[in-house]
Amino acid sequence: MAEPLIEARSLVKRFDSFVAVDGIDIDVQPGEAFGFLGPNGAGKTSTMRMIGCVSPVSAGSLTIFGLDPRLDGRDIRSRIGVVPQMDQLDAELTVEENLIIYARYFDIKKGEARRRTSDLLDFVQLTEKAGDKVDHLSGGQKRRVSIARSLISEPELLLLDEPTTGLDPQARHVLWDRLYRLKERGATLVLTTHFMDEAEQLCDRLVVMDRGKIVAEGSPRSLISQYSTREVLEMRFGRDRNKEHLDEVEAVGERVEVLPDRLLVYAADGEGVLATLRERNVVPDSALVRRSSLEDVFLRLTGRSLAD
Amino acid sequence: MTLTATTRSSMVTRIIPDVLFDVRRPQRLIERSVMVYRRSPMVIFSGFFEPLFYLLSMRVGLSSLIGDVEVGGRLVPYAEFVAPGLMASAAMNGAVFDSTMNVFHKWKHARLYDSLLATPLSAGDVAVGEIGFAVLRGVLYSGAFLVTMLALAMVQSPWMILSLPACALIGSAFAAMGMACTTFMRSWADFEYVPAVTLPLFLFSATFYPVSSYGDWSWVLQLSPLYHGVALVRAANLGEFSIGVLGHLAVLVSVTVIGVAVTARRIETLLLK
Ligand SMILES: Nc1ncnc2c1ncn2[C@@H]1O[C@H](COP(=O)(O)OP(=O)(O)OP(=O)(O)O)[C@@H](O)[C@H]1O
Ligand SMILES: [Mg+2]
Repeated sequence: MAEPLIEARSLVKRFDSFVAVDGIDIDVQPGEAFGFLGPNGAGKTSTMRMIGCVSPVSAGSLTIFGLDPRLDGRDIRSRIGVVPQMDQLDAELTVEENLIIYARYFDIKKGEARRRTSDLLDFVQLTEKAGDKVDHLSGGQKRRVSIARSLISEPELLLLDEPTTGLDPQARHVLWDRLYRLKERGATLVLTTHFMDEAEQLCDRLVVMDRGKIVAEGSPRSLISQYSTREVLEMRFGRDRNKEHLDEVEAVGERVEVLPDRLLVYAADGEGVLATLRERNVVPDSALVRRSSLEDVFLRLTGRSLAD
Repeated sequence: MTLTATTRSSMVTRIIPDVLFDVRRPQRLIERSVMVYRRSPMVIFSGFFEPLFYLLSMRVGLSSLIGDVEVGGRLVPYAEFVAPGLMASAAMNGAVFDSTMNVFHKWKHARLYDSLLATPLSAGDVAVGEIGFAVLRGVLYSGAFLVTMLALAMVQSPWMILSLPACALIGSAFAAMGMACTTFMRSWADFEYVPAVTLPLFLFSATFYPVSSYGDWSWVLQLSPLYHGVALVRAANLGEFSIGVLGHLAVLVSVTVIGVAVTARRIETLLLK
């Protein structure tokens, strides 16, 4: 296997005495799409910022392109594109100027900067907004400008911190498509997301973080088979009554998760479980059998649903 | 990487902090500011007028009331005595304005510097670039001032052309100090203190009356960076340079270096968390 593009060993991030990232090991291979999943405050952004060389490593080791962020931060940053969790666009400039000046920060010649800007605005479908101040854009449009801006230096490594938060479904799919194409051209993607479908679609491999630690690692498929069952039966008994039938349900399912509004029963055959329960006079108000997803893995590992 | 941080700091024995060695593309910040002001040039031009009105009022009004002033063993009309002081003060005010309010807005509200630090730019680039633009702006005003002085026949010597680099240096010192102080400010309320510093400097830096009138207190002047700036511009206007000029230069250069270094360090510690 090639030398990893990102290698972290016992990586720690501390804010005063608070430990935000607690000794994680990561290897990201060139050309890979690597994801960070985890509840709020898990340490995803803190990790991304260390990789982006804008946050010093508190302990452990980290190399990117085989370089040390402490010594070669500038060189590393010149080869990566960053979409931060919060948009940091230049409010004093127009959309177009935002991209052009950003290219200049990377020492890209003016003519080339203009050419790339018009291509990228086309890609994020904001060509007609080129002359507008960024303040006048909608949240999703700003997000798209951030994404376009991160691509202007044609980076080898792209760090995307919740890239599609705030995008409408159509824009999300367009972005997935573009990221997929970038990856085909050999770019390495590292992203965080709260969307399980996004992680399943885009990531070759991902880690689930919780309270600063990595709690699981693998491909979306392997995580699902390891931490979940083939199917999930979702039942609603009405508020406050979900727990009443817990014993009967636990007797038939492999595992049961009680959420405020519903019960999740993990089983290889969801319909079979539902039929058995009906025979035993456990009749939910509504029931739904679906294939299990990363969301279930997430719930299992972190004990929290994303809605929390 | 040829020199690591450790070999560097042992070489210069920590007189000049490392951050100053990591300045490579500050001109990109200037490019950005030009992009911003290109759209609203009036913001820049409005800055021309205040010092010019001052100059006119001195020329027309005060000169007729106040007699000649002795500088360096020579008598000059009051307006010509005071003009270099005003020119130096204008350089100070422009630089302070740009490096305090404007920088604070970009720092806290627009979060501009956070996004810059994610690019190949360094904290040193940001500090030098922003201070550099404040200086350029100040020099522009000083240039207009100089032209007006010429038009009003208030220039004493062709050496007065050196007032422009002198004003650039004054601008650097005050922009660097201003930006360094701004990194310590928590809210807009803290900016109340800015005029509390610049106004006394403006009034008591041998701007309006010669050093001799300060009597026993003249040593206090040495503490005012503006005094050293005024002295330089005044020397240029008379075309008379003494060894003291070197001292004035040294003070302004030191203030600049310290200001830039503190600014870059603060950017690193506050934004790169
Ligand atoms: N600058 C900071 N100073 C102090 N604590 C911080 C700082 N940045 C982050 N933290 C803390 O570190 C922990 C991890 O934060 P981080 O932003 O990495 O989480 P995250 O996984 O990205 O969460 P989210 O999904 O909400 O974006 C949180 O508890 C947060 O309060
Ligand atoms: Mg985050």
